[in-house]
Amino acid sequence: MKEFKREDGRKVDELRPVVIKVGVIEQADGSALVSMGKTTAIAAVYGPRSMHPKHKQVSDRAVLQTFYLMAPFSTNERVRPGPSRRSQEISKVTREALEPAVFLDEFPKTGIDVFIDIIQADAGTRTAGINAASVALADAGIPMRDLVAAVAAGRIEEHFVLDLGGKEEEVTKCDIPVAYMPRKKQITLLQMDGDLSPEETKEVIKTAIKGCEILYEKQKQALREKWVR
Amino acid sequence: MAEFIKKERDFVVPGDEIISSMDYLPGRNCLREGNSIYAKRLGIVNVDGRVISVIPLTGVYFPRVGDMVIGEVEDVQSNGWVVNINSAHSAYLPLSGVREFIDTSKTDLSRVYGVGEVIYANINSVVSGNSIHLSMQDPRCRKFRSGRIVKMNPSKIPRLIGRQGSMIMMIKDLTGCRINVGQNGIICIEGEKEDLVIKAIEIIEHESQSEGLTDKISLLLGGSNKPHAPETHKETQEEIQAEKEQEIFDEQEAESEGDFDRKSND
Repeated sequence: MKEFKREDGRKVDELRPVVIKVGVIEQADGSALVSMGKTTAIAAVYGPRSMHPKHKQVSDRAVLQTFYLMAPFSTNERVRPGPSRRSQEISKVTREALEPAVFLDEFPKTGIDVFIDIIQADAGTRTAGINAASVALADAGIPMRDLVAAVAAGRIEEHFVLDLGGKEEEVTKCDIPVAYMPRKKQITLLQMDGDLSPEETKEVIKTAIKGCEILYEKQKQALREKWVR
Repeated sequence: MAEFIKKERDFVVPGDEIISSMDYLPGRNCLREGNSIYAKRLGIVNVDGRVISVIPLTGVYFPRVGDMVIGEVEDVQSNGWVVNINSAHSAYLPLSGVREFIDTSKTDLSRVYGVGEVIYANINSVVSGNSIHLSMQDPRCRKFRSGRIVKMNPSKIPRLIGRQGSMIMMIKDLTGCRINVGQNGIICIEGEKEDLVIKAIEIIEHESQSEGLTDKISLLLGGSNKPHAPETHKETQEEIQAEKEQEIFDEQEAESEGDFDRKSND
């Protein structure tokens, strides 16, 4: 049997080349750039700061707001600027992926804003965005239970493949993005496109979790590189 | 005794395990889960007796009782002032916090502290994180009538002050400027060599972790290579140990600034 080769020559359980840079936006309280292959996300964190609009303020905890946006030039077809159905959904799942990690109750009546911009998109933008946001939150000095790492996995032919690229995403039977807190061993985001049997789904999730663990180490390394001289 | 997974002075990120032992207690920015103590924030591990804490390297300012802060008056109300102190919530300076007696029926409060004026105040009380009351009772408190305002990352203020105020004292001596440091990351500089002081502050902010910072600042300001802290040249074992203990961004250090400042004002 001929050995299975992925579109870009990676092994089935290999991530795309990952680059994480911390502190790319001086103005922000914390920021990070994460690129996974051709997908590049920048996250900036502001806060905890006074919550505006005021009616969204909560008296016993901070409000985490996430804003996911794709740059108009991020894909080969222009993305209309401004919020869309898709970006609103991703903002919401990103927020829900990060909220379990952040100690929101330490900052009552404040807001923490996370801005995620995708400047280049080639599959896996929500996971790249979560990776960047989690590093940016840590860089902003916000208390957290753990860093959140995220990556997608899928199935091509009979193989479970990690971190799907743009072309792979088109041929895959299924695509499951997973966000994971490695220390707590908890999944904070789980979505699914396509269909798989329950057993196969478990295998794909396991593959993704392995990828998250590798990313987690890279996130820590990137933070260390900025802060330790 | 259990082994430290992250030793004192080690860099940690949220979620890092520091030690797996019930002999120690989790202090600030740490949490216990099961037998282990984990870091909650990005920072440096500090072990004080049996208490393990993390000294943050970054983050916005959160007010604590006793802090000296510099703030801008945002609003004048019927019996007090609303002051922006570079924190998530504005602070309130009530009439009772002012040293002199003010008769509200005769005096317009905006003539005491008007909107836009900058004051050096003391944090009197913090209730549930969002009701911050200021006081001007401390002799150091005053209104700034001249000078330049510089912002700095609040978690790097202890480095600007230095141990027992050595760094700030040196900057003051070498430039002849009057410098007031707010724990909230705002600094007011009055004097002729303001630019030099601002340059020094920028260096301290960007190279706060590097060693020999005091010497570097001293050279920049045209001082001799042997500045105030003679202990930096006494490289005995005890001195190195003392340095290790002191150089961490310690709150105690920051508090000592108060004593030293009071002396210089008296």
